[in-house]
Order: sequence, then structure tokens, then C-alpha cells
Amino acid sequence: MMHLTRHPLDVKDLLAEVQGPERGGTCVFTGTVRNDGDVTGIDYSAYEAMAFAEIERILGDAQAKWPEARVMLQHRLGFIPVGEASIAIAAAAPHREDAFAACRFVIEAVKKRLPIWKQEHHADGTTAWVDPSGKAVAHGP
Amino acid sequence: MGKVSVRFFARYAELAGCTWSAVNVETPATVATVIARVREVFPGTKALPPHPLAALNQRQTRLDALVNEGDEVALLPPLAGG
Repeated sequence: MMHLTRHPLDVKDLLAEVQGPERGGTCVFTGTVRNDGDVTGIDYSAYEAMAFAEIERILGDAQAKWPEARVMLQHRLGFIPVGEASIAIAAAAPHREDAFAACRFVIEAVKKRLPIWKQEHHADGTTAWVDPSGKAVAHGP
Repeated sequence: MGKVSVRFFARYAELAGCTWSAVNVETPATVATVIARVREVFPGTKALPPHPLAALNQRQTRLDALVNEGDEVALLPPLAGG
């Protein structure tokens, strides 16, 4: 499965990657573009080669911490309209505690480690880069 | 002198006016030295924070890490994935 895609995410594809008869608990996280103010969507860009490598490292770290779990993630790039998902993570483990923990570990690592950036698009045609606290940092045409 | 590739992303690419370039520095250099050279070559990058997040050969790095000829230094705006 490609970790970075420019197409809409489908959770079913991730579930197919992680679920199995020996894994009784599955946790899914999706991050969705919010309708903050007059935001119409967010354009996601990445340092793609590093992002791909970093995702592999994050999933490897999760595998090392929870050897019986299976975790997969996809991050969407390009313009994503309000209401559509930018990221989806699925974690399956023999029991729910490890599924929740692995899923949480991966999204927190994504926030700290993935070289991906957001540019908000507003209804009036302006754009603004977003910093991790969610605050716009610079406006453009 | 050695040539080091430099990459800019998102807002930093707007400040630099490009997404990729190369600078000449005395190698081995530190990441901080490469960034200082970048500030000289690309005036718009003077607006970068004093200690920007950086990657060396596709891994996040400390600014005192050593850079050799042919290496790639990337200047990373605050990460916003997810």
C-alpha cells in the first residue's frame, strides 16, 4: 500500500492490511479537514521522499513496541476539501488495549515527525500556511 | 569547498523563491553553517527563525551535525502533518 496518495482515502483498504483472525481488536483513526471559519479546504504538501521514509520508520517503531499488532497509515496530499480525510490509520492487535495504544502512538509520531505542511484555502480566495498549533502564519493571494 | 544541495518547502520555499538549490561551503560543515550560507545567498530566507527545523539526507537533524559534499540539507517549516 502506498503511504502517500493524492486520492481520497478508503478505510476499508487499510483494514484489509491489518485485520486477521488472531487480531481481535481494531482501532481506526481518521483526521478530517475542519470547516474552521471560511476554510474551504487545505492543500497538503510534503517532502515526499522523507515523508515516505519517516512513515516506514514510524510503522517500524510501532511494530517493535507492539510485535503482535499490525498498523498501517495513509496520508493524502494535494487539495482536500472540508469534510474529507487527510489521514487514516488502522491498528489491529490481539486485544483492544494494544490496538488503541499503537494507533495513538502512530498519530502522535506523525504530528512530530512527518515533513508535511498545510495551506488553508479560504472562501474569499486567500490562502494561509498553518502552523502546528493551528494558527495561520502567513497570507497569500 | 564542497557543494551541498538545499531544499525548501511550503512557506520557506516562498521566502527562498525556489524549492531546490545548492550552496558552496567549506566541507565538512555543520548544518548551521549551511543555513548561514543560505541566508546570504537567498535574502528572503533572512526571515527564517534563528534555529529552523532541518533534515540532513532525509532525517531530522541537529544544527551541529556535520555536512559533507553532496549531502542534502532540507529546511523544514513547523511540521503540520495529520
